[in-house]
Amino acid sequence: MRILVAMSGGVDSSVVAARLVAEGHEVIGATLQLYDSRESKKKGACCAGRDIHDARRVADRLGIPHYVIDAERRFHDSVIDTFANAYAAGETPVPCVACNQGVKFTDLLGMARDLGVDAMATGHYVRRVEGPDGVEMHRPVDEGRDQSWFLFATTRDQLEFLRFPLGDMPDKAAVRAEAERFGLAVAAKPDSQDLCFVTDGSYAALVEKLRPDITGAGEIVDRSGHVVGQHEGVSRYTVGQSKRLGNAAMLAGERQMVVGIEPASRRVVIGPRAQAVARTLVLRNMNWLVPQPGPDGLRCAVQIRAREAARAATVWALPDGAARVLLDEGAVPAPGQACVMYDGSRVLGGGFIRRVEAEGEGKAA
Amino acid sequence: MSTLSERFTYLDANAAEPIRPQALEAMTQAALVAGNPASVHRAGRAARAVLETAREDIAALFGAAAENCVFTSGGTEANVLAIAGQAGGRRVLVGASEHDAVRAATQAATIAVRADGVLDLAALERMLANGEPPALVCAMLANNETGVINPVREIADLCHAHGALLHVDAVQAAGRIAFTLEGLGADSVAISGHKFGGPKGAGALLLAGGRFHALPPLLAGGGQEQGRRGGTPALPAIAGMAAAARVAVAGMVVQADRLGAWRDRIEAAAVAAGASVCGAGVMRLANTTSLVLPGRRAQTQLIALDMAGYGVSAGAACSSGKVARSHVLEAMGLGEGAGCAIRVSLPWSVDEADVQGFINAYAAMAARLPAQAGAVA
Repeated sequence: MRILVAMSGGVDSSVVAARLVAEGHEVIGATLQLYDSRESKKKGACCAGRDIHDARRVADRLGIPHYVIDAERRFHDSVIDTFANAYAAGETPVPCVACNQGVKFTDLLGMARDLGVDAMATGHYVRRVEGPDGVEMHRPVDEGRDQSWFLFATTRDQLEFLRFPLGDMPDKAAVRAEAERFGLAVAAKPDSQDLCFVTDGSYAALVEKLRPDITGAGEIVDRSGHVVGQHEGVSRYTVGQSKRLGNAAMLAGERQMVVGIEPASRRVVIGPRAQAVARTLVLRNMNWLVPQPGPDGLRCAVQIRAREAARAATVWALPDGAARVLLDEGAVPAPGQACVMYDGSRVLGGGFIRRVEAEGEGKAA
Repeated sequence: MSTLSERFTYLDANAAEPIRPQALEAMTQAALVAGNPASVHRAGRAARAVLETAREDIAALFGAAAENCVFTSGGTEANVLAIAGQAGGRRVLVGASEHDAVRAATQAATIAVRADGVLDLAALERMLANGEPPALVCAMLANNETGVINPVREIADLCHAHGALLHVDAVQAAGRIAFTLEGLGADSVAISGHKFGGPKGAGALLLAGGRFHALPPLLAGGGQEQGRRGGTPALPAIAGMAAAARVAVAGMVVQADRLGAWRDRIEAAAVAAGASVCGAGVMRLANTTSLVLPGRRAQTQLIALDMAGYGVSAGAACSSGKVARSHVLEAMGLGEGAGCAIRVSLPWSVDEADVQGFINAYAAMAARLPAQAGAVA
């Protein structure tokens, strides 16, 4: 098989390339240049200059062709700008989903298809399983490195073409051991951390640079509009957050959290947890990896944050790529985050949390 | 295509020409000379003889005085040395299609190029006449991406009429078209050995005039090159460059006829496959063509052709290896097309089978790659 491997320069995708070469596949390496690394001093972030260098050296060692793909403009428009704009809309975005969905699985995958290769492989920790009704996406064996939540937007068509050879690896140590066995210099390279394009450690500073209109201090208010404190910028807050509230963290003996963000007036709304809890979620930009459910809805488990256990729910499809989720027990969903549906290890689909109805509204509906 | 091609045909001469056998021989001989050209003893004299023979040959081939031939590490250093030494901190004008070696050398105003890639002389004249009188103008003889040749004599006359000096980046022209410093009217000319079949790592800055021309060095070092470029000269590379220059200049006319005919065949086939040729109507280097295939991203074209066994390029080579959008083609007003162009540059060693093979691979690539609306690099 001729396979294009998306190589980040890290240990995971390097092992993928090495393993596919060892299996006798015809492997082509490609690394996306997502931003000009000359401006970056950050270590351990993906796709900086050092990482491109590492990817090339791994490809040299494996004796495979390797190409650097310029995706700077696309990445800026489809990931970084979208990231900043989401904060301006009072949401907490997941830029890795936008990147996987756009730059990686649309643009790079499209290029791979144009070039006539048979498949594209990545170092993501997720399993692709050939099921009775076609290809399925599952959580990986190594639960600690599960990336399925970040990959929910992968379409079935893309999934057909993709390969995730690391989904079966028991843990990162095994991946590093394999890198050692293949003699890859990146075997001991540190894992990437946080958001790759935030080069000075502060995502909020980046958002404020791109969206000066939402930059600056503002008021912390309660649900009835009483000013209870000051904050340094709305982009530093997420619904459900209880840090950075200063003296307003406890009001009338009750612990407070962010229950809403109003970027236009630069207000952060807080309240006791009960005010942030919701049972009904509306999702947008749904991607279904199973047939859409009928009027009875789909019983499944949903995960509404990157690092959180899935919770029981029922999901109904709505028109225009939307869906409605009814959680068995209330939770604190943050607009802009993903809500991914699972059946055991299998990803059934997912969407972005659009709007949270308060508990009272949910019951009335 | 079911397997990667085993055979590889190199068609990227403007990035670097394959080494000429005469250059390799001269390099080996020079490398066997133990001495440093600055040393007093016999071995030093032997090294010095190699260096000065190379200098006399290079100078003679391009019509410079030997004492005004300064050896450098390559084209970039020759360009930067010329600009730093002649601008004197005053205003500099630089053509919009110049190589980054020149564009990055100084804060300069940009002279527009026409849609055919030739420097806009009317624009140059306006810029010379208005504002602070420029000290230096930089105009390339032949463009690295399109091969388009500038009317350097006319440019020189305009510059001199307004009291400005003219520096010419002749890196792509040297060994491919005939020129002398006097014929160009240039005050300085940069050349690079590996663009005419010498090794990478040697170039020269040629300065006009029959008498010694001083120039403040970028690296003072031990005062080598008569105080204009410190550091022990790279003798094997310089000897290889001189040998390559002798062969290239001697065979220039015959080679241009041969490569030009093949270049025309490639262009005819590319046009039939839906491409357009940049700078088609003007004087160009015989070995170079820039082909725009609308809707097909340059980097995808390059990868497809590489997989098929043909090495071509797009834009100027970038250190990261990414395919950057061509500033040359953008300056020519190609818009989106600037992200969809590849450069084919035939090396001295190419043969007819290579050319026919490329034509077939290009046609297959053009037919297979889907055109995308708004495809940009």
